[in-house]
Amino acid sequence: MSFLSVRDLVVHFKTVDGVVKATEGLSYELERGKTLGIVGESGSGKSVSSSAILGLHRGTNALVSGEILLDGVDLLKINDESIRRKRGREVAMIFQDPLSAMHPYYTVGNQIAEAYRVHNDVSKKQARARTIEMLERVGIPQPDRRIDDYPHQFSGGMRQRAMIAMALINDPGLVIADEPTTALDVTVQAQILDLLQDLQREFNSAIIIITHDLGVVAEMADDVLVMYAGRAVEYGPTKEILVHPEMPYTWGLLSSVPDVVGDTDAKLIPIRGNPPSLLTPPSGCPFHPRCDHRDKVPGDLCRTTLPDLTPARAGGDHTKRCHIANPDEVYATEVLPEIAPLFEEQA
Amino acid sequence: MFAYTVRRVFVGIIMLIAMSMVTFVLFFASPIDPAQFACGKNCSLEQRAQVRKGLGYDKPVWEQWKNFAVGVAKGRDYPEDKSLRKSAPNLVAHCAAPCLGYSNVNIATVTSEFKTRIPVSFSLAIMAFILWIVGGVGLGVIAALTKGSIIDRGLVGISLIFFAFPTFFVGLFLLKFLAIKWGFFPVPNYISIADGGVWNWMVNLVLPGLTLALFYMAGYVRMSRAFVLESMSEDYLRTARAKGLPGRKILFKHTMRAALTPLVTMAGLDLAGLLGGAIITERVFNYNGLGKLAVDSITVYDLPTIVGLVLLLGSFVIVANIVVDILYAFIDPRVRVG
Repeated sequence: MSFLSVRDLVVHFKTVDGVVKATEGLSYELERGKTLGIVGESGSGKSVSSSAILGLHRGTNALVSGEILLDGVDLLKINDESIRRKRGREVAMIFQDPLSAMHPYYTVGNQIAEAYRVHNDVSKKQARARTIEMLERVGIPQPDRRIDDYPHQFSGGMRQRAMIAMALINDPGLVIADEPTTALDVTVQAQILDLLQDLQREFNSAIIIITHDLGVVAEMADDVLVMYAGRAVEYGPTKEILVHPEMPYTWGLLSSVPDVVGDTDAKLIPIRGNPPSLLTPPSGCPFHPRCDHRDKVPGDLCRTTLPDLTPARAGGDHTKRCHIANPDEVYATEVLPEIAPLFEEQA
Repeated sequence: MFAYTVRRVFVGIIMLIAMSMVTFVLFFASPIDPAQFACGKNCSLEQRAQVRKGLGYDKPVWEQWKNFAVGVAKGRDYPEDKSLRKSAPNLVAHCAAPCLGYSNVNIATVTSEFKTRIPVSFSLAIMAFILWIVGGVGLGVIAALTKGSIIDRGLVGISLIFFAFPTFFVGLFLLKFLAIKWGFFPVPNYISIADGGVWNWMVNLVLPGLTLALFYMAGYVRMSRAFVLESMSEDYLRTARAKGLPGRKILFKHTMRAALTPLVTMAGLDLAGLLGGAIITERVFNYNGLGKLAVDSITVYDLPTIVGLVLLLGSFVIVANIVVDILYAFIDPRVRVG
């Protein structure tokens, strides 16, 4: 069995306007030492489904069902106290904006040491020593002095390093990084991703990286899960998906990646329309109102029937949710020539 | 920080000087002649001139203000007029520096009058402050934690009712039922700690303190509720939960710290305002505090007491402002300079 196995995860929010279906039947697997990239637009359910692993929806208006097996334990079945003991110790989270994710009134060191002390019976002094060690490990200069700084005295990149130190101080098996580089400068982004990869090798942890940047996915992830309207629409090994995408939404994501190094004449094609409402999702395939290729499917199938997650033509672990019969042909002849081929097949 | 404090104190002193000037000007701009008022109905022109001279109201306004300012610095003798002092030396009153004036109505210096009144108003303010902070913040936090439930709505609603009722009504209600009819409390009558001990002092303050506290509490219930809810939706609280902190630690260390900081400013300024006396409450419970003194001195046109009160209350607010700002720098690390 996999280290992390999510099966049929459903997260609904009851609101006054109705039920918001943030995640609908999501399933994926992740091994230790591997990275899963979850990609999708804002509001596609990426963060919501990942927060469910930590049980962060408990005590809210959310209805969560399905199975989340971490090391064989179903995280949705255990009680609040048990899941609390796992938070930060077995599953840790790195958040998008480290300035707002850190408490402005406590020193960085205080907040990191707190994460250590809550799960380890150690003295303040030991926790402080461990914190300095972690700060040094994530590349903060003069950690013995910076430990007493407040978050606002850190630069953006340093704050994210400190957040990573906080997440990894208990050596968790699973790290969920929720858009860890979105709020950072491009130059700092690369450093943070490198750091995450180094630490992953060192601690042999599994990482879920949530992003809408396919560049991050290409660099970091072993597997990719493309989400749309709360569902997985394409899932498989990163190389497979980036080179042989079979779902028009994935094509759209690839078309909207700007290419600044190669062919600068290549068009930047945005996906038309807006992400669907999760309150009243479209019938059939949720992507059909925005899909440029739906006329390739006979009849009204796209509008009426939700396609199953079926193995892709290439076979293997690659699955997709689409009615188009010959997706690789359509991609090769209609989509690829229009866009900058950012992810070419390795010869 | 030190330079900042000195600058603030300096600005505060200038403000106090300006306030005293404005009070003098306003006093004499009023159509009522204080000499006529002191002299009474059947008062001849000569008598009135005599009274005016005795009270020191015969000089131009600016000169009166100058004498007042000198008195604050050096002290002065009353009456102001030298010939009067010579003719009746047994009636000369000395007012030592810092002299805020001599009240002919109270037949005492303003400072000595303040000395007997301040403990009353301070006791009342402190009692009210403790009750309203404990009650207001406590209930506000409870309301926030039970957001949307009957408890939440009930607390917010009841606090609004007390806010809407005028103080004299709540005060009289408490006095009539809790003290007179049911006898849960003695009929309040200020007893200093020196005279009656801490217990008597406190028991006598509960009802007037509660009257004031109920009024202030409404605002504090709503505001602490809003601040706690706002704090609970912050990203850093999600971080705290994701770290695996237990609920009480999240509440007391992370939520409350952020939620209650803005309340310090408000509480400091409200307390400063209250230290200057609660006019209605002091009247209802017949407490001889600064608030009652203010009303009395205005009704009898007692200029020295009015000016003294304006300066005293003004300095409370100015000092409270400075203290709150300095305190804030200690509470919120982002405000610290350098």
